[in-house]
Amino acid sequence: MEGLDDIVEEFLVESHENLDQLDQDLVALEQDPRSRDRLSSVFRTIHTIKGTSGFLAFNRLEEVAHVGENLLSRLRDGALDLTPARTSALLQMTDTIRSLLAEIEASGGEGSVAVAETVSVLASALEDTPAASAPAPDAAPAEPAVEAPVVAAAEPAKAAEPAVPAPAPVKKPAAKRAPAKRASRAKAAVPAPAPVPAVEQIAAPTPPAAAPAPRAEIPQSEIPQEVAVPSVPAALAPEPGTPEAQPKGRGVADSTIRVDVDLLDNLMLLVGELVLTRNQIVQYVGRQNDQDLIRASQRLNLIASELQESAMKTRMQPIDHIWSKLPRVVRDLGLQLQKNIRLEMEGKDTELDKTLLEAVKDPLTHLVRNSVDHGIEDTAGRIAAGKPAEGVLTLRSRHESGQVVVEVADDGAGIDPVKIGNKAVEKGIITADAMSRMSPQDLLQLIFQPGFSTAAAVTNVSGRGVGMDVVKTNIEGIGGTIEVESVAGRGTCMRLRIPLTLAIVPALTIECAGDRYAIPQISLQELVALDAEKAAAAVEEVGGASVYRLRGELLPLVHLAEVLGLPSDRHDGHVVIAVLRSEGRRFGLVVDRVINTEEIVVKAVSGQLKSIGLYSGATVLGDGAVALILDVQALARRALRAESAERQESRVAASIAVAAQERQRMLLAAIGGGRRVAIPLDTVTRLEQVRSETVERVGSREVVQYRGAILPIVRLDRHLGAFGETDRETLEVIVYADHGRSVAIVVDEILDIVDGEAAVQSDIDDLGLLGSAVIGDRVTELLDVRAAILAADPAFYTTAPPALSSPDAFAFDGAGSPAPLMEV
Amino acid sequence: MSTATDARTVPATSQLATFWLDGDLYGVEVEHVQEVLRSQSITRVPLAPPAVAGLINLRGQVVTAIELRERLGRPARPQGTEAVVIVVRLHGEAVSLLVDSIADVVDVDVRDFEAPPDTLDGAARELIRGAYKLSGQLLLALDVNRAVGT
Repeated sequence: MEGLDDIVEEFLVESHENLDQLDQDLVALEQDPRSRDRLSSVFRTIHTIKGTSGFLAFNRLEEVAHVGENLLSRLRDGALDLTPARTSALLQMTDTIRSLLAEIEASGGEGSVAVAETVSVLASALEDTPAASAPAPDAAPAEPAVEAPVVAAAEPAKAAEPAVPAPAPVKKPAAKRAPAKRASRAKAAVPAPAPVPAVEQIAAPTPPAAAPAPRAEIPQSEIPQEVAVPSVPAALAPEPGTPEAQPKGRGVADSTIRVDVDLLDNLMLLVGELVLTRNQIVQYVGRQNDQDLIRASQRLNLIASELQESAMKTRMQPIDHIWSKLPRVVRDLGLQLQKNIRLEMEGKDTELDKTLLEAVKDPLTHLVRNSVDHGIEDTAGRIAAGKPAEGVLTLRSRHESGQVVVEVADDGAGIDPVKIGNKAVEKGIITADAMSRMSPQDLLQLIFQPGFSTAAAVTNVSGRGVGMDVVKTNIEGIGGTIEVESVAGRGTCMRLRIPLTLAIVPALTIECAGDRYAIPQISLQELVALDAEKAAAAVEEVGGASVYRLRGELLPLVHLAEVLGLPSDRHDGHVVIAVLRSEGRRFGLVVDRVINTEEIVVKAVSGQLKSIGLYSGATVLGDGAVALILDVQALARRALRAESAERQESRVAASIAVAAQERQRMLLAAIGGGRRVAIPLDTVTRLEQVRSETVERVGSREVVQYRGAILPIVRLDRHLGAFGETDRETLEVIVYADHGRSVAIVVDEILDIVDGEAAVQSDIDDLGLLGSAVIGDRVTELLDVRAAILAADPAFYTTAPPALSSPDAFAFDGAGSPAPLMEV
Repeated sequence: MSTATDARTVPATSQLATFWLDGDLYGVEVEHVQEVLRSQSITRVPLAPPAVAGLINLRGQVVTAIELRERLGRPARPQGTEAVVIVVRLHGEAVSLLVDSIADVVDVDVRDFEAPPDTLDGAARELIRGAYKLSGQLLLALDVNRAVGT
């Protein structure tokens, strides 16, 4: 059957089903010849078969169905009455169609199943007088190989009465068995030679099987079955050919069954519960010593897993189902836009849950349209860019750690993150300040923001934008994620991560403040555990937010206990970080401890809990306890937004009254000569290291190139009249950014971050200082940040309203008395 | 406590499942009550409204538990006393109420019904439909729909 393509296979399944119905209908029609409903139903069936077989170029099948249809349409219209002879003719037609279908299934073609006599029988049935003797000779010369069956068939047709009960029981099983045998043979051997033995058998066994039977008994009542006789040869034909072949394989019709999706849903639900119970039992048994019990539970474990997998498979469909219409979309749109685009597909047979497949269909089509429309340049543009004229759009899908990854990639112009950022600022989605701090990758994800997508964005920005937020909402609605990657000039890749199924999700269970929570593994990237010593060194605080350097990249940390407003019960200084990905960016969730991974069944929580915006649901863990499932997307949004809001708040607060500020965190830096300077942490945007040789000069000022901009530098040691080491290879730089401008403050060494609260302050000061304080048992100078920044960039505050910037808080108010930085 | 042995002859009667809460007797319509459970472990839900005590596992189903003391503006249950869980079914969804202890099912007569006593304060007043005057005891009829709608 491997040779059959999907369309033919579907046709076979459908036709087999319809034919079974047809048999019933025809027999019922005998009792009630005037039932128009049944006649219409029969007519439709044959009409469908005719149409499809014509389309698939099964000409003989079409021929039979066509004549049958003619007969049926006249019967339906009441032009003819349904006589037993006509019923017989129709049943004969059914059987011939069955034989043809069986042959198609076995060999992929119609083989040499004879149809001429059936056609003639049907044609004669069309005549008002049931005189079938005439067509019979017609058929005979036409198809000499089947002469015997023809005669057998013609006889009952002509006589109309001779009924044959004996073959009836034979016919049904034979017809049923036939496809089975053929299937097994088709599987076992090369399909091609199959028709050959089949042909040979037709003539030989037919007369004994069919001919003697009609004469065995002749009851009047069994008219419908009589027609089985002519069919027997065809149906029986393959049997002698494969007598040794046991029916181990199943035919197309027998190997599939239509099941209500609700039933499958229910099955899935039950399997979910079973998996939970399994988890409970396995956990419980793990504490026991009974060997038999342990073995039994291991077996239960295995079977439950297999059952879960099988149940899931019942709902699985290859992604090709939704991909198959995309070539057309791409072609039409390409033609319309006069772009030359080739669509490539990798991983067509990746399977995922039917409901998920449906949910992904529209977003995926949207992404493809977007790529064609905005991603790939027109032919002229491509040639100008030195690319092949033909654009390539690639769809990829694969299974990756329990998820399905679907990518829509083009080799177009790519998206410029700076343009996206500017657009977002213009639209008020982010502030310029925030933009200056975002990485290009983060900027790209802005295209998924609601409000970003407008028609203007499409024309102004080289990229996409229409309804991307809708795409994202849809994907997140099914527990998936979406992110975009782009290299300017090289192309763009949209990546969807979709769970395999909605009902059962692999999850990581963690503990925080004594409670357990589940994190869907789809968001989890890795786990990092730091002992106290390492944590103290590796977890840094920047601008009031803690970050961790994960292989050189800064990972913002979110403390789950803080988010939940609970006291963490981890006091030994160890830090456990779950590195999560949300909307294309990563963050670290600091939890108390990691427990294990578990398959969980997602249960909905009530609306009032959902509206908290932290939990996507709840689940029952192995020990029967309820655990909340953390909504990683919401968590990221909430935590990362709250953090920046906090920072803004602190700035506003600082500008209103420093005295009102309860806690002032300070960055401690050494500037050489044993001097230590404290810099308010909220004036620190970033800590960087810059190589000395990259420092260039503009007039008398030192600058360094930083993120595509020129960053003025102030060396704090010189600014404050100290003498640091000047011949260092790398410079420690504190970057301060505000209103799109940045300056870099060079210090000798970053020492620590402290709470200013504990410090004792004095007003002993000097040029460029606000005063001094005792921090950590040492006298520390408090930097006048504003003065330092002005030293680097005299125009820094002229372009921005100084009242809003925090350094202002530390400005002198005229007479040289420092602002009371740490007054309690 | 049962008042109506002849409940069937009086048309305007209904059955209330009653329970104790901070020394008062309350009742909810019997048809809302699905079951009563004792000693359930409750998973707290951080940042949830204060009246949400947490989630309980009801035979694999996750059910929200409402602390009725908090809802009615009463002091928290004393340490060491365990709450009883009344599972009610509203609009096809199960919700549970935490109360002090469970009492009988009582037949009440509409003629004994009165509007909520004026002594009830604001928070509770919203959730109490009224009071049935039983012999020697007032039975406060709880509006279940409002009680769970935190």
